[in-house]
Amino acid sequence: MHEVGIMQSALDAIRQQAVNHNATRVSRIVLRIGTLAGVDQEALRFAYEALTPGSLADGAVLEIETVPARAYCASCRTEFGAGRGFIFECPQCHAFSGEIRAGRELGIARLEFP
Amino acid sequence: MNSPAPLPATPESAPDYRIHALTGAATGSTRDLSGPLSAEITAAFAASPDGEIAVRSVDVNIPLLEKNDILAERNRGYFLGRGLTALNLVSSPGAGKTTLLERTLDEFGRQNRCAVLVGDLETDNDGIRLSRPHAPVAQITTGTVCHLDAGMIARAAQSIDLDGVRILFIENVGNLVCPASFDLGEQVRVVLLSTTEGEDKPLKYPPIFKSANLVLLTKVDVADVLGFKRDVAVENIRRIAPQAQIIQLSARTGEGMAEWYAFLQARAGRR
Repeated sequence: MHEVGIMQSALDAIRQQAVNHNATRVSRIVLRIGTLAGVDQEALRFAYEALTPGSLADGAVLEIETVPARAYCASCRTEFGAGRGFIFECPQCHAFSGEIRAGRELGIARLEFP
Repeated sequence: MNSPAPLPATPESAPDYRIHALTGAATGSTRDLSGPLSAEITAAFAASPDGEIAVRSVDVNIPLLEKNDILAERNRGYFLGRGLTALNLVSSPGAGKTTLLERTLDEFGRQNRCAVLVGDLETDNDGIRLSRPHAPVAQITTGTVCHLDAGMIARAAQSIDLDGVRILFIENVGNLVCPASFDLGEQVRVVLLSTTEGEDKPLKYPPIFKSANLVLLTKVDVADVLGFKRDVAVENIRRIAPQAQIIQLSARTGEGMAEWYAFLQARAGRR
């Protein structure tokens, strides 16, 4: 639902980066998105297709790196992969964890300018 | 036997970008290029004396904050600067947000200055119900929008007198889905689950519960009549939101209200 706004912010930031690097086009955009970021990748790609024609990112390749969710168990003092869903259960002691260590990432990781 | 060397730690976000130039892998290719940027690439090859072209690959690490998140951070700073604590109350329609706030304003609100921003799609009914001479209230009617956003809060907060206010209650639009995605700049997110709903609500709507600092199990006075299993509901909340404090209360009988007020007192802005 808010993917268009996110993609718009991304293009604004990319435009600024292009100016900083004396580029007029961008050929590859790598986004890093955690599984808990609340972003639907299909919707994001749709927003990308809708927003980029005629912009400096027209024809650029959109790559999305997915960051899997990781949680921390305070009693075992270990991090564990949280898998799918919202229940984070420690695989060793089976306690539930509310401490998210990874998976909320939402940002531009890398850009390529021709 | 040597243990393997640990992987170098990757910083959460690099302070600045770094640049490394890569050479094009297409060196010497005689195939015609087609597709995006083919004209630029062909021109770059033509201009290159040794048949190699450079693509600049830049690691930027730019976090993407949506407009709402930027406004929410601004609200948070504004609230902190004013020394007040903002609570965002979210629940299904009819879980008892307004009834809870009415009693809270009448009891806790007499000794501690509170203000309320209340959201609904239409009508000022809740704003009128909550109006007290000692508590500023603003009603936000959203029209067709199913949640409050940070921009609405920024405008509404400036429409009332916040002098001396220690607690700002934000009563969100009754909806367990969309408000989860909209940070308002609150310090505390409170999710209400009433005994007239199913014990498995936290399992069915996990994102909102996952983000809760406090879960209030409301209308506990009628739990037995309804056959609502409080222990099952609490267990389900703990599975989704182990970080959240849980208070069971009834705004009608007053059960559990002292614990709620103690929570507010502990979190209230210092004046």
